[in-house]
Amino acid sequence: MTTNSVGCGAPVQSAPLPASVDLEKETVITGVVCSGEGDPVGGAYVRLLDATGEFTAEVVTSPEGQFRFFAAPGTWTLRALSRAGNADAKLTAGRGLNEVALSVIA
Amino acid sequence: MSRDSALVSADWAEKYLGAPGIVFVEVDEDTTAYDTGHIPGAVKLDWKSDLQDPVRRDFVNQQQFEALLSERGIGNGDQVVLYGGNNNWFAAYAYWYFKLYGHGDLKLLDGGRKKWELGNRPLVTDPVSRTATSYRAQTQDQSIRAFRDEVIAAIGAKNLVDVRSPDEYAGRLLAPAHLPQEQAQRAGHIPTALSVPWSKAANEDGTFKSDDELRQLYGGAGLDGSKSTIAYCRIGERSSHTWFVLRELLGHSDVKNYDGSWTEYGSLVGVPVALGDEPGDPPSN
Repeated sequence: MTTNSVGCGAPVQSAPLPASVDLEKETVITGVVCSGEGDPVGGAYVRLLDATGEFTAEVVTSPEGQFRFFAAPGTWTLRALSRAGNADAKLTAGRGLNEVALSVIA
Repeated sequence: MSRDSALVSADWAEKYLGAPGIVFVEVDEDTTAYDTGHIPGAVKLDWKSDLQDPVRRDFVNQQQFEALLSERGIGNGDQVVLYGGNNNWFAAYAYWYFKLYGHGDLKLLDGGRKKWELGNRPLVTDPVSRTATSYRAQTQDQSIRAFRDEVIAAIGAKNLVDVRSPDEYAGRLLAPAHLPQEQAQRAGHIPTALSVPWSKAANEDGTFKSDDELRQLYGGAGLDGSKSTIAYCRIGERSSHTWFVLRELLGHSDVKNYDGSWTEYGSLVGVPVALGDEPGDPPSN
């Protein structure tokens, strides 16, 4: 799989998946963290919270601002913390690829 | 043990950068994190290639640990300050591991890499080399390490604390959600284990909650302070975080980390497993 250079104004570009990941079975939540100016935010901390708001996982975004989780079908909240500001997003994920954009606000 | 003896703040660490006798050590799950920028002067430990036996599932032995620390330039008298990513999971794991081999002066940097980075503190990519030492380790302190037979015997007798996320505890996920979910072992938890996710002990910036909040957390979850406690997670690193809280911050006397954790327990033939959000009962004989 190739990685495109991600512009935050472009459609959501997710993190490339390892070839071993089976999208028939995995529920992948992925996307890009962008700043208010539309630039990707690398090194942001993105946390995945479950339907009750409890912490489930945390990853650090790539230099292109990308993040990725392997979850299960259901309702999830994403929360990004970065030097450029914080952001929240809620989503209902199903099996396969679920793409989310996060814009942080200082 | 207490907060003052086991934990240092980011402000403290910044003040003592480069001080003689203090060695900062970064330990990460993502072992490339160090190379993209680390605390000035910090040496790197790879939790997998440095701390795990390359063939068997076990730790490096006493002699290998001595050789590792000698090569990294860590002396027996040095104060070792551990920090890392993932809210200090692997740094807490290394803290427990250094304790296992009897290192004397150990601290964990509160908040780890996250607190340090979000606070715009300095990170450098300069290579770090320290003069080699002749480190001497102790034999493993088994009073802080639990093995599977002891864990099975603890069902219904000791406190078992499952520190994974609620969905892993219930059996809805098999691994933390930053990892693929295809796993060999069965899902669920050890019957009677209390669910106290490690994350409840930490603030959003990765620092530990106050002692009062921590006491309320474990008391409220039903942890019986008069009993011994065994903490576990999936591979023993998140449970090191909870081991650190219970033993090093709150001063509980008998707390063990089960490093075999769910990847071992969930693969054992014939052991009881509970599914769902409740601890479940001990198996009746």
